[in-house]
Amino acid sequence: MQQRQRPELPSNDKRWKLVNATMRRTGYAEHALIEALHSVQDAFGYLDEDAMTFVAGSLDLPLSKVYGVATFYHLFMLKPQGRHACVVCTGTACYIKGAGALIEGIEQRFGVQPGETTEDKALSVMTARCVGACGLAPAVVMDGNVIGKQATDKLIDRIEQEIAE
Amino acid sequence: MNLDDLEDLARNYAEEKSGGVEREVRVCMAASCQSSGSEPVLDALREQCKTSGGDRCQVKGVGCMGLCSAGPLVAIAAPNEGLTAATIYRDVTADDAADIMASVDAAPVERLMCPSDQPFFARQQKIVLENAGIVDPNSFKGYVAIGGYSAMVRALTEMTPAEVIAEVTTSGLRGRGGGGYPTGLKWSTVAKMPAGQKYVICNADEGDPGAFMDRAILESDPHRVLEGMAMAAYAIGANKGYVYVRAEYPLAVERLKTAIRKAKRAGFLGNHIAETQFNFDIEIRLGAGAFVCGEETALMASVEGGRGQPRPRPPYPAQSGLWGCPTLINNVETFANIAPIIREGGDWFASIGTERSKGTKVFALAGTIENTGLIEVPMGTTLRDIIEVIGGGIPGGKKFKAVQTGGPSGGCVPAEHLDIAVDYDSLKTLGTMMGSGGMIIMDETSNMVDVARFFMEFCMDESCGKCVPCRTGTQQMHDILDRIAKAKATHADLALLEELCEVVQATSLCGLGQTAPNPVMSTLRYFRSEYEEKLAGA
Repeated sequence: MQQRQRPELPSNDKRWKLVNATMRRTGYAEHALIEALHSVQDAFGYLDEDAMTFVAGSLDLPLSKVYGVATFYHLFMLKPQGRHACVVCTGTACYIKGAGALIEGIEQRFGVQPGETTEDKALSVMTARCVGACGLAPAVVMDGNVIGKQATDKLIDRIEQEIAE
Repeated sequence: MNLDDLEDLARNYAEEKSGGVEREVRVCMAASCQSSGSEPVLDALREQCKTSGGDRCQVKGVGCMGLCSAGPLVAIAAPNEGLTAATIYRDVTADDAADIMASVDAAPVERLMCPSDQPFFARQQKIVLENAGIVDPNSFKGYVAIGGYSAMVRALTEMTPAEVIAEVTTSGLRGRGGGGYPTGLKWSTVAKMPAGQKYVICNADEGDPGAFMDRAILESDPHRVLEGMAMAAYAIGANKGYVYVRAEYPLAVERLKTAIRKAKRAGFLGNHIAETQFNFDIEIRLGAGAFVCGEETALMASVEGGRGQPRPRPPYPAQSGLWGCPTLINNVETFANIAPIIREGGDWFASIGTERSKGTKVFALAGTIENTGLIEVPMGTTLRDIIEVIGGGIPGGKKFKAVQTGGPSGGCVPAEHLDIAVDYDSLKTLGTMMGSGGMIIMDETSNMVDVARFFMEFCMDESCGKCVPCRTGTQQMHDILDRIAKAKATHADLALLEELCEVVQATSLCGLGQTAPNPVMSTLRYFRSEYEEKLAGA
C-alpha cells in the first residue's frame, strides 16, 4: 500500500515540531484530533487556519471536520490571545460568591469583556465553567495559576502587577 | 504473582517509604490547597526536616484532606494513620515550618490548630476517600504499601469475572455520576455481549459547576481509580480503557499520567498484569471545555476525536459504544468504590447506606457555608447534618435559604426539607437529584430567579445545538427568565415558561436538555412567590 504523503511543516518555527511529535506519538490517528489541537494551542496560544490545515492534512481529515471540532469546544481559541490570561470562574459557587462583580471590575478598569483582549495585547479575559476550586470561591485562573478568595480590588492589583512584570 | 507475593511487596515498600519513622508530616498538595500556597509550605517543611527533624519524622505531600476553606492544611500523624487521629493545622504558611516541626513530638502549635475531633472530620465515613490526604498520590509504592492493588490481584488470581460482577451486584453500588444506574447490572450487560473488542471508559469530565469530587479523587488517589477500571475490564472482558478527563483539571491529568506510567512499569497495567493472562491498557483523553461531553454518547464521540454531540439511545453504549463496540462507562467515584467492595465484600458495602442506595457518597460543599470542601458520608445522612453539623452552618449569622444539588440538571431544596435522608430516591421526590455530588448552599441574600437564570444561561451556552427543543428551548426560557429578573415579564410569560419546561423536558435528545428545566421547575415549586413578585402588574 502506498504511504500517504504528509504535509510539510508550515514554517521553520520549531513549535511545529512539537505539534508533529504529538501527532506522531498517536500514530497520526484521526481520533487523536483533539490531542493534536491541544498541542497546537499549547505551542502557539491559538489555532489559525494554517494550523488547522496542517493538522487536517497530517491526520487525513477534511478541514471542515477540524474546523468543526475546533469551534465546538470552548477551550480552543481561534484568535491570538494577550500576553496574560485572566480566566474568571463563573461556576455556581463563584457566581454565588460574586464572580459577576469581578468581571464588572475588570471591565471598568481594563475596558474588556470576557472573550476579549485589550488593544495593547497585554490581557485576555475569559470565563470558565467551574475550575473545581469551589472551596476558594470566587476563583480566578491567572496565567494558569488558580488564585482563590478574590475581591475586585485584590484581583485588579494582581492583574496590574502581572502586566507590569 | 499471588496475594502473598503482593503482601511481601507491600511490606517492603512500607518499610522503604516510612524509613522507620514514627510520625509523618503531611501537606495537602491538591489543587485547592496548592492555590492557597501549600507548595512553599511543603518546601519549607522539607528544609526544616533536614535541619531539625532528623530521623524522627518525614515530610510528604498528600492529596485532599477535605477542608479546602482552611487550606493550606498540614497534618501530623503516625504513618498511614487516619485524619481523625492526626494533629491538623490550618492556614499554614512557610513561616510556620519551624514551629510545626518542633511540635512533632511536643505540644501542638495552638495558633494553627484545626481540631480533628470537630464534626467536619469526625462525622464522616470514608470509603472512596480512605486514602485521600494520607497517601502520596504520585507514589506507586505508597499505594501498594497500604494495601493498594490487592483487590485487583485477588480478583485476577482468585475470582472469575462472573464472581467479580456478582460481588459488585451484591454491593448494591449505583452509578455515582448522577444517574444512579445499578453498577453490577451495567457490568453484566457488557459482559454478556459476544466476546471481541470491548472498552472501559472512566468519565472524569466533571462538568457540573460546583462539583469537584472527581477532581479531588484523581488528585489524591489516582491508582485507586486505575485499579477499579482494571477490575471492571477483567469482569467484562475488555483490554483497553480510556479516562476522559477535563482539560480544566491540569493537576489531575498530570497525576493520572504519572500513575498510569508507574503502574505500567510495575506490571500492574499493560500485558500480563500481575503475571496473569489478563491484558489491559489505559489511555488518557483530554476534554476541551464542553459540558455536554459528560453525557455518555457525547463523551464517546469526543473520545473518537469528533464534536461532542450525543446520539439517541438505544443502542446503549453497553451494546454499541466506542467505535461500535460494547463499552462500559462509569464515573470516577464509581470506579473508586470497586477496590473496597472486592476487598471487604459486597455484603459489607450493602450494610452501609439506605434501603435502595448503598455505601457512601462524596459531596462537595460550596457556596455560603462555613466549611467549604469535600466530605464523604453514608447514604441516608440528613441534609441538616451535612449542612449544619458537618458544614458548620451559614457564616455571618445569615439564614439558610436553599441547597442546590445536581448542578444544572438538579434543583433547590428549601429549609423545610432539610431533615430528609439523602439518597438517590429521596432527592428525586423533592424535585431534584443526587447528581454527581455538588452541593451549593445559598443564604437569604440569594434570589432564586437569578439562580434559575444562571443555570439556564449555562444550559443555553452548553447546548450542543443538535436537537431543536434544547437549542431553542433553553434560549427562549433564558429570555423569559431574564425578563422576569428585570421585572419586565407578565403572567402570560410565566405560563409560557412553565409550558416550555414541560416541552423541553419531554422532547430533548439527551440528558442536558431533558434536565435543563429542572432548576426552573424546582425554584418555581418552592419559591414561586419570588417569581410572582417580579411580574409586571403584580
